[in-house]
Amino acid sequence: MQSLVSITDFSKQDILQVLERAAAFEANPNMPLLSGKVVATLFFEPSTRTRLSFETAISRLGGRIIGFSDASSTSISKGETLKDTIMMVANYADLIVMRHPLEGAARYAAEISRVPIINAGDGANQHPTQTLLDLYSIQKTQGTLHGINIAMVGDLKYGRTVHSLLQAMSLFGAHFSFIAPQELAMPREYKQLLEARGIAYEEHTDLAEHIGNADIIYMTRVQRERFLDPMEYERVKNVYVLQNKMLQNTKPNVKILHPLPRVNEISTDVDGNPKAYYFAQAGNGVFARMAAICKLLEC
Amino acid sequence: MKEEKHLKVSAIKNGTVIDHIPSGSLFKVVEILALNRCKSQLTLGNNLESKLLGAKAIIKVADRFFADDEMNRIALVAPQAKFNIIRDYEVMEKRTVTLPDAIVGIARCMNPMCVTNHQPILTKFNVVSKKDVLLQCCYCDKVTDQEHLVIIKNG
Ligand SMILES: [Zn+2]
Repeated sequence: MQSLVSITDFSKQDILQVLERAAAFEANPNMPLLSGKVVATLFFEPSTRTRLSFETAISRLGGRIIGFSDASSTSISKGETLKDTIMMVANYADLIVMRHPLEGAARYAAEISRVPIINAGDGANQHPTQTLLDLYSIQKTQGTLHGINIAMVGDLKYGRTVHSLLQAMSLFGAHFSFIAPQELAMPREYKQLLEARGIAYEEHTDLAEHIGNADIIYMTRVQRERFLDPMEYERVKNVYVLQNKMLQNTKPNVKILHPLPRVNEISTDVDGNPKAYYFAQAGNGVFARMAAICKLLEC
Repeated sequence: MKEEKHLKVSAIKNGTVIDHIPSGSLFKVVEILALNRCKSQLTLGNNLESKLLGAKAIIKVADRFFADDEMNRIALVAPQAKFNIIRDYEVMEKRTVTLPDAIVGIARCMNPMCVTNHQPILTKFNVVSKKDVLLQCCYCDKVTDQEHLVIIKNG
């Protein structure tokens, strides 16, 4: 029995298999492969966007859904342990999708559960189906995952989505450009991982000058609370805002990705540009999640 | 009347003398080995002179012998510790400790948002560096270093 807690739980082959499946679901979204099955969606922390994406995926596969969208209305708020909740729900459901505010909660659940777990976010830690939909979006728009030039922009220090995407893309020999303020630079451990895999990367602090070669521009938000020095935030906050005019000399195939929700890191004048892909990217989430669910349930 | 000098730590007939414990780690070692619940004769010495450590601590516990995995548990806080196994006042064997590849229980994860700090879950770590004592949490993946190492108290 396999769970999906971190993207590193999937091998390169697993990932390719899931992406192929996601494409099949996109071509034919209503496949009753989960008929007769029950999937639990346990949102110990509310996230409407992620929950709706999962519940759409389960519904399109013909599965039934049990669960809760906010732990405050359940016995958890009366002090029931995570273990007791998981043990109980694992008796009812064939698969558990869970989001929890504490880091490591999904790994623990996977250890004690008798059914597979999909981590839909454990605090600031992991959110592997986001990575699957990012990969699917890259493959779909570029035709391949191999040898992609990917520019990661913004908060590369705390952003879990860029870390997971880096781990996965490094399996396919990408070329990385990290564009971030010094305070939010890509952590050493991830650069070491690339070095160990013989993958080239470059680091820059200027956005406009270093996206000319990119096939994918992956934007993230620079948050005020990440800065020790508020003056430093004021100095850099507008440096990492992507504007339509910056896209003039970019490659014709380039696509802009963002895990959403966006605040102001992508100017709204980019939205109408065919290079903007972030809304379509979110839509791909349903197909990627359908494929991940089927992979874990072996159906 | 010079007796005081020789009374620093009394000799034991059978048992274990744990030597070369850094002074700051004495009570951590007591906790890890659960010696606070030990019923036999127990002598603790702290802030003793040591060429090796500057200031060291020593523990003598009568009629108590430790298994290898018990001894290795204290490597987290006393990597240079030596276990002297005493039988009939003689040192029969000297054992050094080695940090195991995985640590279960004993230490707390330094990540305040880690699930193990909020739920009744036994901690688990992979030892990613034995030299610097770096412990990677098996649940949240964060690394706890020696400076932030907190030992979980035994009941
Ligand atoms: Zn932890």
